[in-house]
Amino acid sequence: MTIALETQNLEKQFGGLRVTRDLSLKVEQGARHALIGPNGAGKTTVINQLTGVLKPNSGRILLEGHDITDLPVHKRVLRGLSRTFQINQLYPDLTPLETIGLAVSERLGHGGDWWRRMGTRNDVNGEIADLLSRFHLLDVMNEQTVTLPYGKQRLLEIAVAIAAKPRVLLLDEPAAGVPESERHDILAVVGSLPRDVTVLLIEHDMDLVFSFADRISVLVSGALLTEGRPEEVARDPQVKAVYLGEEAVDV
Amino acid sequence: MSAASDVGHHAQRQARWHYGEIAFWLVVLACGFAFPSRYLIMTDILRLALFAMSLDLILGYAGIVSLGHAAFFGVGAYAAGLLALHGIVKEPVLALIVAGLAAMVLGFATSFLVIRGVDLTRLMVTLGIALLLEALAERFSNITGGTDGLQGIEMQPIFGEIPFDMFGKAGFFYSLAVLFLLFLFARRVVHSPFGLSLRAIKNNPLRAAAIGIPVNRRLIAIYTLAAFYAGIAGALFTQTTAIASLDVFSMERSADLMLVLVIGGTGYLYGGLIGAVIFRMLQELFSTITPQYWQFWIGLVLVVIVLVGRQRLHRWVLYVPNLIIRQIAGRKAIVAVPESDS
Repeated sequence: MTIALETQNLEKQFGGLRVTRDLSLKVEQGARHALIGPNGAGKTTVINQLTGVLKPNSGRILLEGHDITDLPVHKRVLRGLSRTFQINQLYPDLTPLETIGLAVSERLGHGGDWWRRMGTRNDVNGEIADLLSRFHLLDVMNEQTVTLPYGKQRLLEIAVAIAAKPRVLLLDEPAAGVPESERHDILAVVGSLPRDVTVLLIEHDMDLVFSFADRISVLVSGALLTEGRPEEVARDPQVKAVYLGEEAVDV
Repeated sequence: MSAASDVGHHAQRQARWHYGEIAFWLVVLACGFAFPSRYLIMTDILRLALFAMSLDLILGYAGIVSLGHAAFFGVGAYAAGLLALHGIVKEPVLALIVAGLAAMVLGFATSFLVIRGVDLTRLMVTLGIALLLEALAERFSNITGGTDGLQGIEMQPIFGEIPFDMFGKAGFFYSLAVLFLLFLFARRVVHSPFGLSLRAIKNNPLRAAAIGIPVNRRLIAIYTLAAFYAGIAGALFTQTTAIASLDVFSMERSADLMLVLVIGGTGYLYGGLIGAVIFRMLQELFSTITPQYWQFWIGLVLVVIVLVGRQRLHRWVLYVPNLIIRQIAGRKAIVAVPESDS
């Protein structure tokens, strides 16, 4: 199996605090890989290093075999590594149409066009229309993002990441904070992501993790505790002790 | 209608000309014929409008604050003055472009300092650059004329055909033409994917990078363009008044500009134009009432706009202007700076 995303001995310190400890993680091509861990385990710090927001103190990050450790954020996106944010990171004043349009334009290399009106390229428009309908956003495409219901914003968050046509997608708690009535849309969208997209899911919601992931890595205090198939992880006494507590896990 | 063409239609909604916009420019043009005794003040307003539009490009679209925008205005002003004084470039339009380019070079060079850091750093860096240039202009008085400024500038006819007259009629229409052309260009730029990416950066730089936008490169580009615009405004100043003195670099000039945009609003291009008109009219009005203390009243108006509640002012005091501006610029346009601006 080819490896889509890999970290080698990743190390990150904030002052004296080791937030990521010698983390070596391999995500296989096409995998549905989940990274779980208790609060403060350093999951978001890992994501931030993978995407380039933070620079690791040492260690390497490989995307499809290429070293991307020193690439800035936007170049990693163009290489096919995209992410969603745990807390919506959208453009409050922009509409879903504009937000997705931007992501599509950047990917196709038209994002810097200053001489052309937005909306004059049919290839871009076609993709925007496709994404808007796939993510149930057609009816609100001209609304300002800040006015959208939270569930719609979550959908937009994922749609924007998908618009970059990632080969590896990092989903940072996609269903966080979504009311029960709107969860179904999110889960359906996440479940229907094409198989050629490798997904690394960071999630608290164990139902989502165990229904979605085919491989799980458990992070504790910045270090990898264990890794394996969902049923193995669920049975692991160490995992039960540090992460799941006494709570029994249904698989 | 297919989904794609539907999307294209909606994406261009903002970029289409509204009737109100056409009316706005017709009114401006009509002023040129209606008030022949007021060319000087009207030309002054046009220059200020262009200068404010330049700041709007970086502040309203890219979210870059600046207290030193006069640096570019000053460089444009002195460049145009020197070109005319020494007869290097005699034709005004060509000299205007050269002066704009000089400011643009400075803009590009200093953009690297400005894109780093947050708002406060940017305020200080931009202010510092303007002060530095003012001091340099004073120091090298053999070139700039020092505190006396450049004197004895004689402008050649525009295109070798149209001379600048003493009533300022040619100057007015010349400035108006320049403003309108640069406005058209800016309008195209802000409605392009590039312009949209600036708004994304202003909204959320973190996410902008996360969808593949090269944030720094975009900020450098717009800062450089804004410097060009400010340089042109400065060059127009010298060309239409035939003087260039140290006060082109002054902090008051940069600060006035912020006030213009607070009055006019940012992020829809007309803010600078409308703000410039209102600002100068307020200045005129207050200086007629109290010649000595007009600045007090200007200050009071601004404090009211900013503090008493921009949102509430929209609804009450600026109800009618907003109605007109929405007509001009569409749903999202507003008169004052929105509360969410940072």
